[in-house]
Amino acid sequence: MKEAVLPKPLRRPEAPQYPAYDTAQVAAVLARWADTSGNLLPILHDIQRALGHVPPGAVGQIARALNRSRAEVHGVITFYHDFRQAPAGRHVLKLCQAESCQAMGSRQLTAEVEALLGCRLGETTADGAVTLEPVYCLGNCACSPAAMLDGRVLGRVTRAKLERLLDAVGRG
Amino acid sequence: MVKVCVPRDSSALSLGADEVAAAIAVEAVRRGAAVRVVRTSSRGLFWLEPLVEVETPAGRIGFGPVDAADVPGLFAAGFLGGGEHALGVGPVAEIPFLKRQERLTFARAGVTEPTSLVDYEAHGGLRGLRRALSMAPAAVVEEVVASGLRGRGGAAFPTGIKWRTVAAAEAPRKYVAVNADEGDSGTYSDRMVMEGDPFVLLEGMAIAGYATGASHGYVYVRSEYPHAIAALEEALAVLRAAGWYGADIQGSGFGFDAEVRVGAGAYICGEETAMLESIEGRRGMVRFKPPLPAIKGLFGMPTVVNNVVSLASVPVILDRGARFYADFGLGSSRGTLPIQLAGNVRRAGLVEKAFGVTLRELVEEYGGGTRSGRPLRALQVGGPLGAYFDSSLLDLPLDYEALARHRGMVGHGGIVVFDDTVDMAAQARYAMEFCAVESCGKCTPCRIGSTRAQELIDRILRGEDAPANHAQLLKLCDVMESASLCALGGMAPWPVLSALRYFPGDFGLPPATEAARVV
Ligand SMILES: Cc1cc2nc3c(=O)[nH]c(=O)nc-3n(C[C@H](O)[C@H](O)[C@H](O)COP(=O)(O)O)c2cc1C
Ligand code: SF4
Ligand code: FES
Repeated sequence: MKEAVLPKPLRRPEAPQYPAYDTAQVAAVLARWADTSGNLLPILHDIQRALGHVPPGAVGQIARALNRSRAEVHGVITFYHDFRQAPAGRHVLKLCQAESCQAMGSRQLTAEVEALLGCRLGETTADGAVTLEPVYCLGNCACSPAAMLDGRVLGRVTRAKLERLLDAVGRG
Repeated sequence: MVKVCVPRDSSALSLGADEVAAAIAVEAVRRGAAVRVVRTSSRGLFWLEPLVEVETPAGRIGFGPVDAADVPGLFAAGFLGGGEHALGVGPVAEIPFLKRQERLTFARAGVTEPTSLVDYEAHGGLRGLRRALSMAPAAVVEEVVASGLRGRGGAAFPTGIKWRTVAAAEAPRKYVAVNADEGDSGTYSDRMVMEGDPFVLLEGMAIAGYATGASHGYVYVRSEYPHAIAALEEALAVLRAAGWYGADIQGSGFGFDAEVRVGAGAYICGEETAMLESIEGRRGMVRFKPPLPAIKGLFGMPTVVNNVVSLASVPVILDRGARFYADFGLGSSRGTLPIQLAGNVRRAGLVEKAFGVTLRELVEEYGGGTRSGRPLRALQVGGPLGAYFDSSLLDLPLDYEALARHRGMVGHGGIVVFDDTVDMAAQARYAMEFCAVESCGKCTPCRIGSTRAQELIDRILRGEDAPANHAQLLKLCDVMESASLCALGGMAPWPVLSALRYFPGDFGLPPATEAARVV
């Protein structure tokens, strides 16, 4: 009798390995918002505040707690510019790229700051000190060009002013 | 005790207002001067920020722009008595930029302490809500209809009519959702309301709730506005403690409460249905309409969605009456509009005026021309989806219809000024780049068209078969305008087409015919 050719059992792909993260902190955030409807954005903001980013490994934990798919949670994290999946540099400098600031020289300023830091918009300096990011209007258009350093809004920004502030917070 | 006011508005803070306030306190102690530093907000005279105001028997005397290093000199000059100093601007209320305005919605901006309810009530606050609570809800709706107020968020839909729809909808629960996403470049009036007079927004919201039968509100604030978020939270706590928010407001039997929700850096979440998706915890994808949010909005319930300034204009309408408000403005543009001057302008700031003021008055008389001192070359009116105009259109009045006739829009009331160093092809390209970055991705013309348009502009600029690529760009803009689901894709062509119309030379194209320029 010929041996039956059995189909190979279906195997789920290996679960991806994510770097470890503080699951207890994430659990605390999830508990805090458990009773709020539409709580995913507040949860992601709080996780990012606590951990500096939303660790990819936390997606499953969040999805289970909210009874939503991982794809959905991942989709939300990647839709919004604010959420980061990897830690930023020690300082975050956002330069406004929108029209009012363009009218006051933000393109030139951006080029100067990129040269100063040795990295482009969207990148972090090699020593991990500063992440440089674009932002589209800070509502400070009456004092363009505008920027934001570690959450603090700056107005009538010049390269010299930024250099001074970056030195003060200990760039490099 | 001399009262010295230093703004806590975020633009003033961005220029060192905290350092100035601290320096004043330190210097006062050093000199043994009896000074009370009060943190007010901004008047919206941003070229003078940080603007320090000293209360004197002759009214508030201003000094600005003040740097912390100027403070000892100000004391030496006797500024506490309103003394002469190089930074002195005299009585603040007499500054022409401010004096010639018609401040209804912004009556308290920079005058009161933002989260002092005592101050708020002393300056006319809560009168609108008190009167509303004494009326039938339907009468409140009709008062807003009669005022002619149209949404200040951009789409200019009559606010009262929207409220009527929500009021008529039967549902177990209704919501008021405030759109505080203020993503348009060149605009900051929502921010000024929230930071400088948060009670007026919350009062307007409660009135909207009462009028439409909504019990719960959300304020969706963009994450770029941390100070606004903090001020709103503080103001909410104050109102709850005083019985103006929460169950059974002032024994009226009407209950209303609200919470602040923080956006996460997505321009499209200013579109009302994307905002609702975001509040519900999803990607900010635009919904198909119908159903209108007024029928089926947040969590599937009837929802009033209004802009910050729209709602902040409601208390004065209820307080002074629809007629009073409608007497400002003209035609179907009623009331006042807070116009925000931005970009390359000498006196950047907030101008609240009745509709009908011309662009020239705004940019030249209020704004004082360009900050660089170079000739003005272009204006963008109404945010990143608004048209660019050249200086030949400065005599246009700012009202919904006049701008629409010139293929432009009032939008949220922002005007960005550019001098003659601007490259209009770069501006046009940026409009499409922005659209590509911020597109929610739901429909093809916007998601793909915005990138194709950048490529076409690049080809025109490289001189590659410019006439054909120009024609192709116009065709693409037409497709985007007519086939996009929302105004991001639908209006991103406006800045491009207007730049082509008024500044063809910047693209290396021949001058537009007179017929193409004149609409
Ligand atoms: C792409 C896009 C962005 C928008 N951004 C805002 C915004 O930031 N703030 C706002 O109030 N309305 C914005 N709107 C308009 C809203 O969809 C909606 O019309 C408005 O919030 C209704 O309130 P109102 O009638 O009081 O103006 C935007 C619309 C679109 C299409
Ligand atoms: S036009 Fe753009 S932003 Fe609007 S729904 Fe379509 S893809 Fe989304
Ligand atoms: S455009 Fe830069 S702050 Fe508004």
